Amino acid sequence: MQPGDSVVIERVVLDALLAALRERGYETVGPTVREGAIVYDEIRATSDLPAGWTDEQEGGHYRLRRDDREALFGYAVGPHSWRRYLEPPSLVRWRGRRVDGGFEDDLTPGPPPRYAFVGVRPCELAALLVKDRILLGDPGADPDYRSRRESAFLVAVNCGSPAGTCFCVSMGTGPRFGPGFDLGLTELVDDARHDFVLQVGTARGAAVVEGLPHRPAEPADLTAAEAVLREAEGRMGRSLETEGLKERLERSYENPHWDEVAKRCLSCGNCTMVCPTCFCSTVEDSTDLPGTRAERRRIWDSCFSIEFSYVHGGSVRTSAGARYRQWITHKLATWHDQFGVSGCVGCGRCITWCPVGIDITAEARAIGGPAEAAGSRP
Amino acid sequence: MTTPDSGTAPVAAPPDPMWPEPFEVRQVARETGDTFTLTLVPKVGSQPHPFAPGQFNMLYVFGVGEVPISISGDPDRPELLVHTIRAVGATTRALQKLKRGDQVGVRGPFGTRWPVDQAHGQDIVLVAGGIGLAPIRPVVYHVLRHRALYGRVVLLYGARTPHDILYARELRDWRGRFDAEVEVTVDRATIEWQGGVGVVTKLIQRSPFDPSSAVAMICGPEVMIRFASLALEKRGMTTASIHVSMERNMKCAVGLCGHCQLGPHFVCKDGPVFRYERIEPLFGLREV
Repeated sequence: MQPGDSVVIERVVLDALLAALRERGYETVGPTVREGAIVYDEIRATSDLPAGWTDEQEGGHYRLRRDDREALFGYAVGPHSWRRYLEPPSLVRWRGRRVDGGFEDDLTPGPPPRYAFVGVRPCELAALLVKDRILLGDPGADPDYRSRRESAFLVAVNCGSPAGTCFCVSMGTGPRFGPGFDLGLTELVDDARHDFVLQVGTARGAAVVEGLPHRPAEPADLTAAEAVLREAEGRMGRSLETEGLKERLERSYENPHWDEVAKRCLSCGNCTMVCPTCFCSTVEDSTDLPGTRAERRRIWDSCFSIEFSYVHGGSVRTSAGARYRQWITHKLATWHDQFGVSGCVGCGRCITWCPVGIDITAEARAIGGPAEAAGSRP
Repeated sequence: MTTPDSGTAPVAAPPDPMWPEPFEVRQVARETGDTFTLTLVPKVGSQPHPFAPGQFNMLYVFGVGEVPISISGDPDRPELLVHTIRAVGATTRALQKLKRGDQVGVRGPFGTRWPVDQAHGQDIVLVAGGIGLAPIRPVVYHVLRHRALYGRVVLLYGARTPHDILYARELRDWRGRFDAEVEVTVDRATIEWQGGVGVVTKLIQRSPFDPSSAVAMICGPEVMIRFASLALEKRGMTTASIHVSMERNMKCAVGLCGHCQLGPHFVCKDGPVFRYERIEPLFGLREV
């Protein structure tokens, strides 16, 4: 078995796959139902997966529904992304201890966690590769991310159930996965069958599959998998015209539409908390009560807070319009300058989890869309 | 969690840019009512941190916090880390209260440098406003130390009032030299002030430098940068030979936290010193 090979595994074999990963020292993390949403958490068996659940997503709207197909991966993405495992929301980056007149390091680095992510959607796989450009670009800049990322085992799952807020087709990130996974699954579920086409992505992935019951994939299996993806492509709830979008946004810093968005935007930062590519963080220093031990934490931050742009004497971006402009212009324009790719993978989370349903695709159209000549200047 | 596979145990961690290195306070000297100069030396066992004019350090007070401060010392004396700081927040006030022998955490130096090496043979025009003189001072030290490498040297400095003039004694020394033109102006004079009154940008029109062979370096409030650049362009300089130092909220200093973004730029690593032509389009736009 080698990278590029495809086999078929039965649904029950997925439990053996999880067990094999755990035997290899991975903590297996995947989708599970909690508090009415599909979130990521530790999963020990397929019984922890959201079997028979699907999601309904719209601007500011998310609901789980039963789906009698009993698919294990019959939904799009929830509020969590893998970011919370690779860049934890609050992470100790340094510890120090007071010694006479000064301080010294007080570090007890443990082994980095080793995760196997099960159920990585194509859009999320694309987001991981975007993150790699940012956090692995400068060797040594973020050793914690590097160690977590390098040891992570990725089981991707092709998307057969895009939601109403999805537009991965526009962003070229789905619904079929690109490179970067160790193992890639396509779930085939109908009256006649419930199994998976499994694509081997890496040698370590092949080593895991060799120990599992499987059979070679027949042309009919591959055709069935292809049909699932073709059908998914046609069910995108949203679309975004990316051609020329960067340039149009760059010309629109003074667009009056930003003030219009500001009337709706609550500056809550939800969009930045659910986004799989957002990377902004802050550095927080604190001490224990006696002041003898200090800790430096990296904590997720959001460009929607006023403090975010604080320089002595005040903040740079005080209006909600300027903060929204910063966020969308960063995602869709300046991200290209910084990292050579778009900061948006089309997962739709920012639309779904915005309390007032502000839609990145609609705002991009209104501000930098092909009809901008009419709307860019008063 | 079970035991990891053999062969995948973490290798020796590379030095982490988020870890502060302890330095010792040599001196805390008052400059003006709200500014002071902090001189640090490496703690026994710590290495000096050589720097280039224009770069900055992250200074950490144990348990209080960390702030980005430009280096204002002499780049030819890297064993002394000198920072001039305005006490405006919790961390900078804590820095102000330090005594000789206390410790400060240092990360750095970070960021881009003033183009002192590219400016050989050309006139040097330095324009500073307020505490913006601090990041310019390493250039003055460097240029005066290597005086023969440069053409005319002009320093134009503006402060709010005579009491806000930074490095007054050094300014007098530099003014007394025959090989440097130093002009100081204030926005509001006091009764004993004998110098000029008005904005620093006004000094540019009659300043003795050759615009066709000059490199300008500007540091101060953004509005001052904008008008100083316009005045330099009016004299015939291009935005390619004007360099400016920008300020944004620097938290990580290695381009990963996102706070210091200015359009497509991360001020902490693409700046703080920018060729003006690169960022000019963003000037005059609000809240970028």
